[in-house]
Amino acid sequence: MFDIESLYQATGIQDAIRALQADERAMIISGGSDVLIQCREGRLAGCSLVSIHGIPELMGIEQAADGTVTIRAATSFSHIANHEIIRRTVPMLGDAVDQVGGPQIRNIGTIGGNVCNGVTSADSASSLWALNATLELHSASGVRQVPIRDFYTGAGKTVRRRDEVLVALHIQKKDYDGFGGCYLKYGKRNAMEIATLGCAAMVRLTEDRRHVADLRLAYGVAGPTPLRCVNTEDAARGMKTDEALLLHVAAGAVAEVNPRTSWRASKEFRLQLVSELAKRAVRQATLNAGGELDV
Amino acid sequence: MFKTLTMTVNGAEVSIPVDERESLVDTLRNRLGLTSVKKGCEVGECGACTVLVDGEAIDSCIYLSVWAEGRRILTVEGLKSPTGELDPIQQAFIDEAATQCGFCTPGIIMSAVEIVGTGKRYSREELRKLISGHLCRCTGYESILNAMERIVEETYKRVGK
Ligand SMILES: Cc1cc2nc3c(=O)[nH]c(=O)nc-3n(C[C@H](O)[C@H](O)[C@H](O)COP(=O)(O)OP(=O)(O)OC[C@H]3O[C@@H](n4cnc5c(N)ncnc54)[C@H](O)[C@@H]3O)c2cc1C
Ligand code: FES
Ligand code: FES
Repeated sequence: MFDIESLYQATGIQDAIRALQADERAMIISGGSDVLIQCREGRLAGCSLVSIHGIPELMGIEQAADGTVTIRAATSFSHIANHEIIRRTVPMLGDAVDQVGGPQIRNIGTIGGNVCNGVTSADSASSLWALNATLELHSASGVRQVPIRDFYTGAGKTVRRRDEVLVALHIQKKDYDGFGGCYLKYGKRNAMEIATLGCAAMVRLTEDRRHVADLRLAYGVAGPTPLRCVNTEDAARGMKTDEALLLHVAAGAVAEVNPRTSWRASKEFRLQLVSELAKRAVRQATLNAGGELDV
Repeated sequence: MFKTLTMTVNGAEVSIPVDERESLVDTLRNRLGLTSVKKGCEVGECGACTVLVDGEAIDSCIYLSVWAEGRRILTVEGLKSPTGELDPIQQAFIDEAATQCGFCTPGIIMSAVEIVGTGKRYSREELRKLISGHLCRCTGYESILNAMERIVEETYKRVGK
């Protein structure tokens, strides 16, 4: 038995919003792979839960006529990883969520839960950040679209209010079209392991395929929230795709991140990973963009 | 609070009262006597409690029973044939000596049901990833992978996709 004070299974988005308003202590549970663990640990003992589990209007993936990819918040990782639209448009995100936990966790864990928990190690977060995802939040006061760069406010904290439901994540065509991407996760084990560091890189090449038209570099666990290395990105534009580019992203990233020491790894080791994964991810992203890189 | 839960378990519809705070592993074990479903860690780490919900393997220790409303649940008890014979997946585990103490076995077999059900062929490396949500403290996994390889191959030969 879980230590839960009350549980309400919502029938739809509006019903969930109403239930969250009716009980000012209530919080959302979706797949439950964070919430139920915290109930077991006692950290959420006695909580009141509004369940959005299995609500059809919160599940599924679509592509609009303008190319925008929409992933509904309660879509499970396994349904994202191999989805035809994801493989065709944002395969990096598919690869990233395919590295969450193990198969049973991927069948239950949702992408909405992964961003709403505000956790820096969330495997989808760095990719979503690199992809400039927009989060669509619904509440009694209406709908707001929050760019992911404005979403995180601190470790485990986001701008989402308690009574707001994340309904969907949107990724615009300009943020994936022509890019090659790569997410690398470093963990002590190959599976069932929270990232020691996660790195998402995206590269779009100029027409000659030898220079960087655009580059994005995002990390998880390199600071209290997932983050982007914008200065490094700016300076990379126009650079030739060679070893100097890799050295630039590695050194640039190290100057922009702010990892800490935890039981999983020391700050020094994380900085080493920031540097090394930047090189490997940018290299692979360049190749995935159809470029060459002779190093 | 108690709720009436209606779901299909191993092919038969059941309607039972459950506490809304209950996990599916407790409902299956304590109310329905399906003790093939094991409790190891109760935090989604070991896979001993794995069952299929609408064909997908989940850890029933971190799944609220009320979520099973209207869904199809499959446990190892539901695998045996009407005449009582073992499922070919279970037989493969026996033939490859893939079970020792047996605590992890029902859970892994349920993951195997999901994997084999795709009718696809998998490399040993892929199978390693697909059973990574299970801990086995006895076998060292090699014999489990042998059993998985055997049954995946046999199935592929029959229905191959
Ligand atoms: C064994 C195990 C291994 C794991 N491994 C990984 C891993 O490798 N990588 C990783 O990133 N995570 C991992 N996790 C953590 C977890 O699976 C993920 O964070 C998952 O995405 C959580 O989603 P959920 O739907 O299960 O969340 P829930 O537990 O239901 O919710 C998580 C949080 O988000 C809020 N929330 C959920 N959905 C919404 C919504 N639509 N709108 C508003 N708020 C919402 C909830 O209120 C809660 O605060 C693991 C967990 C377990 C148990
Ligand atoms: S008992 Fe459910 S995963 Fe261990
Ligand atoms: S056979 Fe004993 S735990 Fe796997």
